[in-house]
Amino acid sequence: MSNIIKIKKGLDIPLAGAASESVTTDSSTVLFGIVPDDFPGYTWKAAVKAGDIVKAGDALLYAKEDDRLCLTSPVAGTVAEINRGERRKIEFVSVRKEGEQTQKEFGKPTDKASRMEMLLRSGLFAMMRQRPFDIVPFIGTAPRDIFVTAFDTAPLAPEILNADMMADLEAGLKTLSEFTAGKVYLSVRAGSGITSNAAEVYEFQGPHPAGNTGTQIAAIAPVNKGETVWTLDAATAARIGRFLSTGKLDYSTTVALTGEDMKNPHMVRTMVGASLGTLLDGELDHTGGKIRVISGNVLTGVRVDWKQGFLRYPYRQVTAIDEGDQTDEFMGWASVDPGKYSVKRSFPAFLRGLSKPFHFDARIKGGHRAMIMSGEYDKVFPMDIYPEYLIKAIMAKDIERMEQLGIYEVAPEDFALPEFVDTSKIELQKIVRDGLDYLRKETL
Amino acid sequence: MKGLKRNIDKIKPHFEKGGKLSKFHSVFDGFYTFLFTPNETSRSGVHIHDGNDSKRTMIMVVLALLPCCLFGMWNIGLQHFMAIGDPGREFFKLFFYGFFAVLPQILTAYIVGLGIEFIVAQIRGHEIQEGFLVSGILIPMICPVDTPCWMLAIAVAFAVIFAKEVFGGTGYNFLNVALVTRAFLFFSYPSKMSGDNVFVQLGSQTAVDSYSGATPLGQLASSTDGAVQLTNVLGDPLSMTDIFFGFYPGSWGETSTFCILIGAAILLISGMANWRIMLSGLLGGFFMAVVAHNWMSPLYPVSYLQPLEQLCLGGFMFAIVFMATDPVTACRTNTGKYIYGALIGIIAILIRVYNTGYPEGAMLSVLLMNCFAPLIDYCVVNSNIRRRMRRVTVKNS
Repeated sequence: MSNIIKIKKGLDIPLAGAASESVTTDSSTVLFGIVPDDFPGYTWKAAVKAGDIVKAGDALLYAKEDDRLCLTSPVAGTVAEINRGERRKIEFVSVRKEGEQTQKEFGKPTDKASRMEMLLRSGLFAMMRQRPFDIVPFIGTAPRDIFVTAFDTAPLAPEILNADMMADLEAGLKTLSEFTAGKVYLSVRAGSGITSNAAEVYEFQGPHPAGNTGTQIAAIAPVNKGETVWTLDAATAARIGRFLSTGKLDYSTTVALTGEDMKNPHMVRTMVGASLGTLLDGELDHTGGKIRVISGNVLTGVRVDWKQGFLRYPYRQVTAIDEGDQTDEFMGWASVDPGKYSVKRSFPAFLRGLSKPFHFDARIKGGHRAMIMSGEYDKVFPMDIYPEYLIKAIMAKDIERMEQLGIYEVAPEDFALPEFVDTSKIELQKIVRDGLDYLRKETL
Repeated sequence: MKGLKRNIDKIKPHFEKGGKLSKFHSVFDGFYTFLFTPNETSRSGVHIHDGNDSKRTMIMVVLALLPCCLFGMWNIGLQHFMAIGDPGREFFKLFFYGFFAVLPQILTAYIVGLGIEFIVAQIRGHEIQEGFLVSGILIPMICPVDTPCWMLAIAVAFAVIFAKEVFGGTGYNFLNVALVTRAFLFFSYPSKMSGDNVFVQLGSQTAVDSYSGATPLGQLASSTDGAVQLTNVLGDPLSMTDIFFGFYPGSWGETSTFCILIGAAILLISGMANWRIMLSGLLGGFFMAVVAHNWMSPLYPVSYLQPLEQLCLGGFMFAIVFMATDPVTACRTNTGKYIYGALIGIIAILIRVYNTGYPEGAMLSVLLMNCFAPLIDYCVVNSNIRRRMRRVTVKNS
């Protein structure tokens, strides 16, 4: 038995460049990197020095606030570089895969406390997030509920689960239920047929952001002030299940190489943190000019320099699109170009249908303005929140108002679609991120 | 285009900081972005963006105004030649008469309004914003054809400075700029803004004997026995078709319900205006018109109008479609929009019928509701907040 929830508000952006089903295996990548910025909420310190020999699962970084919380090496080999930026902040730690691939022994867990200790030390805890604040969860705070999402609706996103992971997922859900007095919820795509005895399953139907955790929490059991919930994707849950039942850390991941600038968009099997230089070697189509490589999807992903960058959290998609900064569109406001996409039907493209794939580049296609149009965000924001008002409260740094308007329920990714459709080109996700950070600083 | 772009890029450094023309940076930037869509790429957040921007938004609204504007010009010619007894009805003769009659006003509105915007943008170091592109064409359209340009210039300057720029510019004003202009004219120069002699341009010609320049609503307001037969400028009866298509004198852009409906369709299809406001506004107006007609009284002669005539006459439809839907000054919440629209409709007809001092209520109604829009939104948003608070208390109890 499951519960079906229909999401009506939202938008599936018809981005061209979907990955085919074919899966190749990446065997050429030897450099793997972990980027501390992917794990907000803690200050990360290096646990190794360049040249150290590490096994897979050995800590590369630990949290200053609690040294049990680690980010670990996905492979065995030598620490290649600890790259520091301004004020000696660590940008990434990279490991060169060498020799026999051995893994650190974490031992057998005996009770809840030892299982938590293992999650912290293995780096799997850091792959979870909490609301409020959308950060790596606080250690020692029992969450009200845990939300696991088993599908991704973002543009060109791949499936999170495959059939091999089901047993591990079930084990993971069972383990997770131990850490909360509430429930573990598993959100799946309607009709996927995924069931679980360890979690309460909710089926979701509808356009993006149906697959966003924020949407799912809002529909199932919204977060109130003073409550904490944990969120994670089903791949992480499966990794947790596998790790705690067999002691094996599974760093493998299937990544979708997507976007118009991929010669042959397809899936590739590799490891967490793979260097994009080798992963994308020969994959990019440079004929269209400058390329923007995004680790993740076009809405929430991180822009990376593909020659030096790494596959970033949540380690499942790379998108390549045209940068477009050399394009000079003459009087774009008068454009009758049938290839110009707008949800508003203000360009003739709507006559040919807005669901066929469109070409997009990274231009913001307009100037920054004050919030002019009303109701734009609401159409793609399926939560019982007034996004415009919340954004204004955040801009005004009015904490009481932010709390009243539901800041504890949201993460930046929930504002990705509003940011995409925004006529005034306001950087909503950045505003929300800054707001959450500000709130955390002021209230904790 | 490449050549043009190259030439412009060549002179660009002069306008940047430290350049000898840096005083005109905003102006240059305004023209530059007008010619070439900025190729700035996203720095944070989403990597792709919807193609619609605020320039396109404003252009779509101007496009939606075009049918009314073109018809209005033709109708100015029609009223003029009817009034002077010229039987010629050639399309271009009428159209160009009207075109040249209003061209100075349109130019005045744009030059004064955009001039102020340019100056303010330069002082603040902002980009020039395109809000006035719409206001500039709206303003002449809701004024009588004989409005002197100097009056218009003063009113536009007042509205742009005190209704918009002092609050921060496009997107921050709480009153509709075009209507503030109209209200300023109405209260400062009432003799030029209402009455029987301002809505038809006679020029230096003399009118025929049967001529009367009163608008339909003007005819009603000045009637004493109520049961008035509406007439055109020559005293012939006006049919419902004439009223619907707008063959009568009035503020020149707003007489044709037919053209306004075309504009409404453009706005709604392109997603630029909100159907909630239009629908509730129409229903509110219709409701009030039915009420007024049901209890008609010679004291309030406008109450004799049939509800449909009420909606099609005067500036009501124009205000509902183009003024009430201005997203900056309207309610921003969906629930609020229903309330806001309905009240505009009701109050517009209420003023028109029961306040005989004002022949038309649409302008005042929209301005009044502009003031109340934030309050309505406040209540709607607070109900959301209460819902959220209740969730916490239910949990804790």
